[in-house]
Amino acid sequence: MIWLDTLVQGILLGGLYALFAAGLSLVFGIMRLVNLAHGDLIVLAAYLILGVMGALGLHPFIAVLIAAPVMFCLGWLLQTYVLNRVLGEDILPPLLVTFGLSVVIQNGLLESFSANSQKLAAGAIESQSLQFGPIAMGVMPLLTLASAVVVIFALNQLFYRTALGRAFRATSDDTTTAQLMGIYPNRIFAMATGIALVVATIAALYLGTRANFDPSIGPARLLYAFEAVIIGGLGSLWGTLAGGIVIGVAQAFGAAINPEWQILSGHIAFVLVLLLRPRGLFPRAND
Amino acid sequence: MTALLDVAGLTANYGDFQALFGVDLTLNAGETVAIIGANGAGKTTLMRAITGIVRTASGTISLDGTTISRRAAPEVLLSGVAMVPEGRKLFPSLSVEENLLIGAHARKVAGPWTLDAVYDLFPILRERRLSPGTALSGGQQQMVAIGRALMSNPRVLLCDEISLGLAPVIIRDIYAAVPKIKASGASMIVVEQDIGQALKIADRVYCMMEGRVTLTGTPATLSRQAIHDAYFGVSA
Repeated sequence: MIWLDTLVQGILLGGLYALFAAGLSLVFGIMRLVNLAHGDLIVLAAYLILGVMGALGLHPFIAVLIAAPVMFCLGWLLQTYVLNRVLGEDILPPLLVTFGLSVVIQNGLLESFSANSQKLAAGAIESQSLQFGPIAMGVMPLLTLASAVVVIFALNQLFYRTALGRAFRATSDDTTTAQLMGIYPNRIFAMATGIALVVATIAALYLGTRANFDPSIGPARLLYAFEAVIIGGLGSLWGTLAGGIVIGVAQAFGAAINPEWQILSGHIAFVLVLLLRPRGLFPRAND
Repeated sequence: MTALLDVAGLTANYGDFQALFGVDLTLNAGETVAIIGANGAGKTTLMRAITGIVRTASGTISLDGTTISRRAAPEVLLSGVAMVPEGRKLFPSLSVEENLLIGAHARKVAGPWTLDAVYDLFPILRERRLSPGTALSGGQQQMVAIGRALMSNPRVLLCDEISLGLAPVIIRDIYAAVPKIKASGASMIVVEQDIGQALKIADRVYCMMEGRVTLTGTPATLSRQAIHDAYFGVSA
């Protein structure tokens, strides 16, 4: 029964990784941009939620409603004034710019908030759990997974059921022909990065309520997110959820065998999937 | 009367290579103009320059008296110039119907062309509307590309090599739609390597060679020999 419990905890943890990865997956799917600052942007969002909580005395679940639109604007500005200038045939410039951005965000946070670890205090809900037969599930991990499912479902609806989503896909296919349809690719990209940072803010909420965070933890979050995206198959949002769960389950089982193996197990699962399915579990047909 | 589309003294370069040398062209409202010429004559560059995909070096392009030559491609579409690009360029991630709908994504103006009107023009597309655009045959893909451009109810429709790579019987089907499009009031420029096809549908013909217009006239007044010479550059 310990194994079943480990499996369930792993799946719940996977929800958090899927949230880390969803924004990355969205941006990659639309503009083939790997945002190396994604993890740091999640941490930045966590500090923003913390700041809103402190300034207005709000619960984190309310503070996120204020932080999310701010992060949307930040994403829109970042894409419009920085990333759009370096997107092109060559994939190296955007990689370098987002890498630089990662360093800037980390040091900016370190300068502003020190290296002390912080936490988003959510109150009693943090320790509540629900009993399903022999298995206890924390309310917060359940909410995390549920949020991941809702976010991915919503992004899929946006992508496949709306005019904006159609423009996203068309621009992703062919920016030149998209312009012949009256679409400004740069505006589409700005919208996409804005949405990605809204998702990053939701991820930040669960990152910050689950455990302590400090300015240095962004790159590791990026790594988990990146692995989840690759495992799931580039550009597939449901694949990203599956990828997050694969890493979560692998980490949970690794930790059950030996607590030191938690992180390593996730990476091993990543390598194994890559060996067996180099294009991920759910690759997009036309990539 | 001013022309609907007026191209004057247009030059365009690809890096060091000059592709257009002072091209003049007019399109009157309701007219169908054909541009013929061999590969590399500059026909496609001219289309891409009009739509704003290729930057022009000098000269002007005006639509109904308004200069559009410095506008970005999306803005040119919004002004009412739509193109059926060479090679069709359907969006692989979009279904047939989505490919059509995206044609009206930015320019939403009332006009004769709606989803139903396009399906009436090309009934096979109604049957295939949920298929991925790129799963269709070449001829059907060409129909989607034409329908997609029509969906914005353009004032000027540019068709770049719509017969390229298609079997003669399919070309006949596609060209059968041209009079219907014309009857809807559209003004068209049709770029074509197939001289016979071009002469059949055009009110006026421009022949291009090496980035210049070498001959203009109506199909009735142009002799085969003159077109042959202008097309292949044989001096009489």
